[in-house]
Amino acid sequence: MPRRWLNPTAIAAGVLLLAVLVMAVVAPIVWSEKADAVDTDQILQGSSAEHWAGTDSLGRDIFARVLVATGLSVSLALAATAIGISVGIVLGTAPMLFGTSPAGVRAGRLVTAFVNILVAFPGLLLALFFAVVFGVGATGALLAIGFASAPSFARLVHTLVAGIAERDYIAAARIAGVGRVRLLVRHVLPNIAEPLVVNATMAAGGALLSFAGLSFLGLGVQIPSYDWGRMLGEGLGGIYVHPSAALAPGIAVIVAGLAFNLFGEALARAVGLRNPSARPHRTPVAPAVSTSDGAAVLAVEGLRVSYGAVTPVRGISFAVGRGESVGVVGESGSGKSLTALAVARLIEEPGHVSADRLEFQGEDLRQPKRAHRKLLGTSLAMVFQDPMTSLNPTQRIGRQLAEVAEQHQGLNRRSAWARAVDRLRAVRVPDPARRAKQLPHEFSGGMRQRAMIGMGLMGTPALVIADEPTTALDVTTQKSVLELLRELREREAVALLLISHDVTVVRQVCDRVLVMYAGRIVEELPAASLTTAARHPYTRALVAAVPDMDTPRDRPLATIAGRPADPAALPEGCAFAPRCPLADERCAREDPPMVAGVACWKAGAVIAPDLQKRSEAAS
Amino acid sequence: MADGAWRRFALRRTGRLLVSLWVLVTASFLMIHLVPGDPVRAALGMTASADLVAARRQSLGLNDPLWLQYWHYLRDLFTGNLGDSMVSGLPVADVIGDRLPATASLAGLAFLAAVALAVPTGVGMAILTRGGRRRWAETTYVSGSVVLATVPDFLLGVGLVAVFGVQLAWAPVAGRGGTATYVLPVLSLALGLAAVLGRIVRVEMVSVLDADYIRTARAKRLKARTIYLRHALPNALTATITVAGLMLGALVAGTVLVENVFAWPGLGYAIVQSILSKDYPVVQGIVLVYGIGVLLINLVVDVALALLDPRSTIRES
Ligand code: SF4
Repeated sequence: MPRRWLNPTAIAAGVLLLAVLVMAVVAPIVWSEKADAVDTDQILQGSSAEHWAGTDSLGRDIFARVLVATGLSVSLALAATAIGISVGIVLGTAPMLFGTSPAGVRAGRLVTAFVNILVAFPGLLLALFFAVVFGVGATGALLAIGFASAPSFARLVHTLVAGIAERDYIAAARIAGVGRVRLLVRHVLPNIAEPLVVNATMAAGGALLSFAGLSFLGLGVQIPSYDWGRMLGEGLGGIYVHPSAALAPGIAVIVAGLAFNLFGEALARAVGLRNPSARPHRTPVAPAVSTSDGAAVLAVEGLRVSYGAVTPVRGISFAVGRGESVGVVGESGSGKSLTALAVARLIEEPGHVSADRLEFQGEDLRQPKRAHRKLLGTSLAMVFQDPMTSLNPTQRIGRQLAEVAEQHQGLNRRSAWARAVDRLRAVRVPDPARRAKQLPHEFSGGMRQRAMIGMGLMGTPALVIADEPTTALDVTTQKSVLELLRELREREAVALLLISHDVTVVRQVCDRVLVMYAGRIVEELPAASLTTAARHPYTRALVAAVPDMDTPRDRPLATIAGRPADPAALPEGCAFAPRCPLADERCAREDPPMVAGVACWKAGAVIAPDLQKRSEAAS
Repeated sequence: MADGAWRRFALRRTGRLLVSLWVLVTASFLMIHLVPGDPVRAALGMTASADLVAARRQSLGLNDPLWLQYWHYLRDLFTGNLGDSMVSGLPVADVIGDRLPATASLAGLAFLAAVALAVPTGVGMAILTRGGRRRWAETTYVSGSVVLATVPDFLLGVGLVAVFGVQLAWAPVAGRGGTATYVLPVLSLALGLAAVLGRIVRVEMVSVLDADYIRTARAKRLKARTIYLRHALPNALTATITVAGLMLGALVAGTVLVENVFAWPGLGYAIVQSILSKDYPVVQGIVLVYGIGVLLINLVVDVALALLDPRSTIRES
């Protein structure tokens, strides 16, 4: 796509590189005479109108010499890169060219191993080695830098070839009896050309710098020829009297090196760039009616979470009573997890949370306060979905528990550790003293989730917020973790806010259920009446999607027709209307308010089976 | 971690080290034989008499069969005998012993300085710019470090000399003496490395700060310092150490050029002089020292990685 090129850096880099290349061709033709003109009256002059960068020890114009040196410097760098790539391709494809006979495979492995050893040595050291072998001088340095860059090209080619060797077209060509060399030239190389060119561009920049280095050391270009490195070396000796003699070629090297590097990077970006599309703005609707309760552990009114113009949680209100267990169900993208994070004050920028009321244990959480840290740290426990990633992989389990007590309860290291072990025991981790010393990867998923729960029990939690705590676990582990949560509720009298897409889980563990759709609570009802008394078409669809004892085995699993609402593009009226079998014109026009625990114009209306079917067919 | 995995790791790693060492030693041995023409004639110059050349060839053992020379070379290496300089006649081991501290202290200090610069800036920038905040700061930082990293260290050295040595006359620009002489060489080596490392630290930190376990740490309402330094930084360091290790090798190579900018009496200065005067035994010896240095650095990096992230030793097969 040509549009991807339209970014200032890429254009600037392209122009710069083009200028360098043009200069490399043109300058030696145009300015050679001026660059070689000896003027003994003008020895080691500073910068003047006539000589921009001053003159050298023979009175020659340094600026002209820097321009002319572009030719030699750039062509040597390109030639060295060409050598590096050629040798690299030969070494990198050797394993493939040797074929699949046992001897060939062994030879290929040998080459790869050799390349891997060479890659470990820095390029400059290899270049020095080769410079000795090939002799001091431009040719020697050219070969040295070329060969020194070969191992990393070889490794790159090897990786790229390995990446496409299993592709269908390669296999097809193989079966068709295409010879190895032909296969390589016709099928493999064209397919790895793109990354190779990108890397070669950057490598050319590297070669340019290396050449400058070798010439600077006196190992590269020799008098009377001159490249930037040579000029630099000559200029450095007189830097006190005449800094520009060293600085001018130095700047040229940097500019040319940057041109290659930046252009290479722009190429790389153009090869794999994605452009996030702008999202439409949507004005959110007024919040639903609240159901608050004075003795609530958690009271939320008009909670909204927005990311820029998108508002995935659109004003929800609910309360969790002391020791109560409340479930939040909905499909993914309904905003239920964001709700959980928002009430725990864990939404980070660029996310933005606002609420008319957000109280935990009677404390207003809307304005952050110092004291909240301790309150939330000891009385609010979080359990996240994926126990595999939710624990710090580099810290011992016991440490991760103990630090809570150290920071919030002022326990010393020792007693904090003891409490951690005790809490692990409380969540039924077997042999807790030994297990506490282990790292997370030594725990199974279920055990990690127990450890997470135990972490929440380091303080004296009043509320546990569990966000899909069992989704990542297998069925038996799921059961035992749910069992543990239920048991804790009874033993420690903690309230539970359980977020889940799984109606069955919620029904098993919770007293009350909030059903969320498109950032709103659309229905609120006792868990016991989920299957029998749900009135919102969405709730009913959720329940219907769960297989139970009565579901005939031969019928396919029901799913909810249509796609979940996109918070960036919500419909005008009821957000569920596009998927709702009962939707009519009014639904599409007006958003239903929350009335008596349900937000639907047709709450409780009978869904005729043929309507249900039609909506499924329509999706 | 299981002992078996550690043992396999140790075996594999030692094996690779030994093979690399063998390649290095062999390459260094072959160097003198790959040189076009007669190395002794080249070293002594066109004016040297044929008798002298022949005598020197004899004393260097160059007339023996290749396999015998190889055997002698290996045997001498084990006894610490690296031969004598063809120019000064001094034992190569002494030359290296003289020069090594200058180079090692330069490289070591530069590395420490780079890390000391890179980690705080990288972490700070990560915290400031994560989640697309302060775009301008991110852009400035990234492009600044790209430019800084593109400038080769010896050119940076020339620039530093011109500005701080010549214009401002703040720091000495040549030779090795007191602390002040270290400033410019160390900076020229450290700044580029710091730029690259700082960028990696930032990128790693940003992705680590998005990890689930950081959310867990925040849910525990730990102090910000604990979250950043105890939970995030160790996890961000794995990639940083890998790159730092790779770059430490390049840093060692970079000392060659920087030493020549600052007339620093280290191995790099010596190897260039020796290459120019065709003093091959010294060149061979210094190549060996550099090579071994790089191999040891790689080893240390691998072990550090294994300790930091024990899973990586298992994963690698
Ligand atoms: S308001 Fe209309 S579209 Fe929305 S759920 Fe009720 S019936 Fe369906």
